[in-house]
Amino acid sequence: MLRYDSSGKPFIIIRDQDQKERLTGSEARKANILAAMTVANLMKTSIGPLGMDKILVDQDGEVTATNDGATILKNMQVENPIAKLLVELSQGQDDEIGDGTTSVVVLAGALLEESLSLLEKGIHPSKISEGYEKACDIAVKHLISICDKIEFDKENCGSLIKAAKTSLGSKIVNQYTDKIAKISVEAVLAVADLERKDVRFDLIKLEGKTGGTLGETELIDGIIIPKNFSHPQMPKQIKNAKIAILTCPFEPPKPKTGHKLDIDSVKKYKELLEIEQNYFKEMTDLVKKSGATLVLCQWGFDDEANHLLLQKELPSVRWVSGTDIELIAIATGARIVPRFSELTEKKLGKAGMVTEKSIGTTDEKMIVIEKCSNTKTVTILVKGGNKMVVEEGKRSIHDALCVTRNLIKDNRIVYGGGAAEISCSVAVNKASKEIKGIEQYSIRAFSEALLSVPIALASNSGLNSLEAVSEIQLKQMKDKKPFLGIDCLSKGTDNMKEQNVFDTLRGKIQQFLLATQMAKMILKIDDIIRPTGQY
Amino acid sequence: MSEAYQPARILNQGSTQEKAEGARLSNFVGAIALSDLISTTLGPKGMDKILQSPSNLLDSTITNDGATILSSIQISNPAAKILIEISKVQDDEIGDGTTSVVVLAGELLKESEKLIHKRIHPQTIIKGFRLAKDIALKKLKEIAQDHSENEEDLKKYLKKIAMTIFSTKILTPYKSIFADLAVDSILRLKGSTNLESIQILKKTGGLLKESYIEEGFVLDKKLGVGQPKRIENAKILVANTSMDYDKIKIFGSRVVVNSSSKLAEIEEEEKKKMIRKCQKIVDHGINVFINRQLIYNLPEQFFTDHGVVSIEHADFAGIERLSLVTGGEIVSTFDHPELVTLGTAKLIEEIMIGEDKLIRFSGCKEPSACTIILRGSSKQILDEAERSLHDGLAVLSQMVKNPKTVLGAGCTEIIMAQAIEEAAKETSGKIQIAMEAFARALTRIPTIIANNAGYDAEQLVSELKTSHYKGNNTFGLDVTNGKVCDVQELGIIESFLVKKGMLLKASEATEMILRVDHIMYSAPRQRGMN
Repeated sequence: MLRYDSSGKPFIIIRDQDQKERLTGSEARKANILAAMTVANLMKTSIGPLGMDKILVDQDGEVTATNDGATILKNMQVENPIAKLLVELSQGQDDEIGDGTTSVVVLAGALLEESLSLLEKGIHPSKISEGYEKACDIAVKHLISICDKIEFDKENCGSLIKAAKTSLGSKIVNQYTDKIAKISVEAVLAVADLERKDVRFDLIKLEGKTGGTLGETELIDGIIIPKNFSHPQMPKQIKNAKIAILTCPFEPPKPKTGHKLDIDSVKKYKELLEIEQNYFKEMTDLVKKSGATLVLCQWGFDDEANHLLLQKELPSVRWVSGTDIELIAIATGARIVPRFSELTEKKLGKAGMVTEKSIGTTDEKMIVIEKCSNTKTVTILVKGGNKMVVEEGKRSIHDALCVTRNLIKDNRIVYGGGAAEISCSVAVNKASKEIKGIEQYSIRAFSEALLSVPIALASNSGLNSLEAVSEIQLKQMKDKKPFLGIDCLSKGTDNMKEQNVFDTLRGKIQQFLLATQMAKMILKIDDIIRPTGQY
Repeated sequence: MSEAYQPARILNQGSTQEKAEGARLSNFVGAIALSDLISTTLGPKGMDKILQSPSNLLDSTITNDGATILSSIQISNPAAKILIEISKVQDDEIGDGTTSVVVLAGELLKESEKLIHKRIHPQTIIKGFRLAKDIALKKLKEIAQDHSENEEDLKKYLKKIAMTIFSTKILTPYKSIFADLAVDSILRLKGSTNLESIQILKKTGGLLKESYIEEGFVLDKKLGVGQPKRIENAKILVANTSMDYDKIKIFGSRVVVNSSSKLAEIEEEEKKKMIRKCQKIVDHGINVFINRQLIYNLPEQFFTDHGVVSIEHADFAGIERLSLVTGGEIVSTFDHPELVTLGTAKLIEEIMIGEDKLIRFSGCKEPSACTIILRGSSKQILDEAERSLHDGLAVLSQMVKNPKTVLGAGCTEIIMAQAIEEAAKETSGKIQIAMEAFARALTRIPTIIANNAGYDAEQLVSELKTSHYKGNNTFGLDVTNGKVCDVQELGIIESFLVKKGMLLKASEATEMILRVDHIMYSAPRQRGMN
């Protein structure tokens, strides 16, 4: 792009016109909206209990099969900047809420789709944005007004299980929802602090294992580490273990400063030998003296040290990963010790039972640490017939855990099956009639867009989508029942209260807010500059 | 303006995607092609495959083992990859049935392809399949016979199972011999599933039927030079320590000398250090020393002088097995002889198998480990025999834990199929069609077995079905004679676990593939120029 300055000399604002592709104004907006819609349409078929999965093949040919919106988008390798924004959007929902990652993208896509026709009517994008903003406010307020509260406590967690089941209903694990929902809720409750309404997620470990079926997934009151004891002759079971956790290797120290130790005489050679031998002795002696009966080490062992540990009857595990070390430290109340000299009895952790177990016909072993002194750590061991199923199972359980946590933080819920969206859509539409000016159009458009999720839900369930949604709309208006939704599984009732299908209020609000924000942001863009060809 | 309305490309360059019907088609095509490829190896008359490695055309494997074949095929189709994965998991978990699990999944997918053509939604098919699977599993549990009470009985059944497994492999002609071998060695494990303790040694030469089980333990190594070839009442020290040159493990240390005399001095000292170490080892009061690492001439000489036999470079698994067999611990430091448990063996001797010298340990403390020596005329035969034997051992080791059996030769599949068909009649809606399809897929397995044997499969299987309808619930295919007969009498029985694994894994994988309506391929990773 060339411009001329006051003295008539040309100067270049954007270099190399021929190598850049540039779209401006409404063209840019339309291209953006189209890109966003493409992503949204892609995700639509994954919504609901009868939604479909996607297979993603990564750069190295590894296969992931998933139903989780955030995972699909993350692994999709998108290039288009707008599509990338949507990936971020779903990621945002995932980080904050952990569930509803698909719906948020579909909603954002629908908002943009609606704005396309508004733009053609000649409405300025910023007017559309303002309208969306207002509509979103109305929708959120309406959500709060129709929400229900569920009651639960540690003993009585039926309602939490129902919520987890809604989240799991759309995933491949739905065959075993009852069991897996129960496991998820129990896991969360085990680590939850109901008084502070806080859940420490890092205390729940998800470990996957191929073999068996998803139905054999189990909750273990303790920690599993995929390792074995460092010497085959160490005992495979330790009762009332006192655990020393070390982050220093059982090897002679390697000073971090560069140095060389020159040996030029026999005397020095002998001295050095003696020092080396003493190192090993000292290390094992220090550990033994502290009273430890199990050593977990983040690093490796020298052969000699390993044997000395065996001789001193100190079962030990080497190369334990950093995250596992932290978990074990929390669970057993141990302190992580960086130097042998700092090891004392107080810093040891306690666990009732440590066992090494082998699985299947291959010689795979794992160590199970149970009955930890601080029992607040649990592991969910996900099993499945192949590793893709196991991975998907882990993702699904993660979602269910998130839902349960959100309910513990905030026990307000709205009804699923599209009920909340339809009810909001009706409310927003009603409100639009009382608003003056052009904004009315965009508020109405928002109410249309809200229907996108129920419509997708109905069409994925093999219903005549528009008919089904409008029927529910009518019913909701007539009966003033905001808990009527799409009967996806043909259970014979559209009353979501009876079907026990509900989402968290927090999650729903977050979906609305994030989607609206994203739509506004994309509408504001009126210029795309990108280099063409190779760069 | 028109440009903006083009469908936007949002993926990276080089990435491709397949949607809805296209995605489904590519999944079906890939998975079915794979299962067709492997289905010819199914059953006692199944054929083998030659697998050539891409790097070395001379290096080929001939096998009948599903997991081995599948793991060496290079495949990019994602659905086919899922099938390969289930076969691998079946191998890891149970050890056999790696072919049938893939074939069943393939047949299920074939049936669902037909249903999708009839405009039945994949989710409906899944629902029907799940129901069918549950019924089949229930039936399977019902017909399974438990043999845990009677030990003699168990042994008899184990042998029968081993014979059924081996009858589909290269070992068929000698299945009775190998079944005895396998049962014998599994019973020695006393319930442990650690197959590591059973060592399979392959030695070319001789015939397959000359394979035998060695009492005690055989190590594929040689004794040190000039040392006795026969040691009675051996006291063994099993070690993992460096006996080549033992450098001081202190970081940054190095030898710097300014004259050759000093060099000689240090060298002398190094030697002394080694001798001291050897002396310490000898002080354990042993007469056999086995090390995982190399033993150089100097220490070997020392050991010979002190009447200690040394064996060097026993690999890691060898050392672990040795310590299991002899009951000695693996030692790396030698300062406290009083704390070390030594291994013992009544007799250690060098033996010859074919042209190779091996060391045999007999009369050990812990007879739970043993060695099976396989003989055969070529490397390929030996490899295949080892794989087959391993399959058998794996299944048997799981069987000891869960001694339930079902009838083989297609009998179980027909029983399950008929149970599903019965239940389907009482289910209304499209699910019924899916359930019937599941039953058909199960029936395909005996059909394929008969087909591979070169018989009129449809005729045989329909005869089989009729006899089941008539109430002969123990009937199956006699592939040797090409007719329907009582399997119980033939003694063809299989492990319940294998069948259960097959059923569950195949339906799980099918469900996973059916759920997919979109495949996205990333651009292949760009290889660097160098």
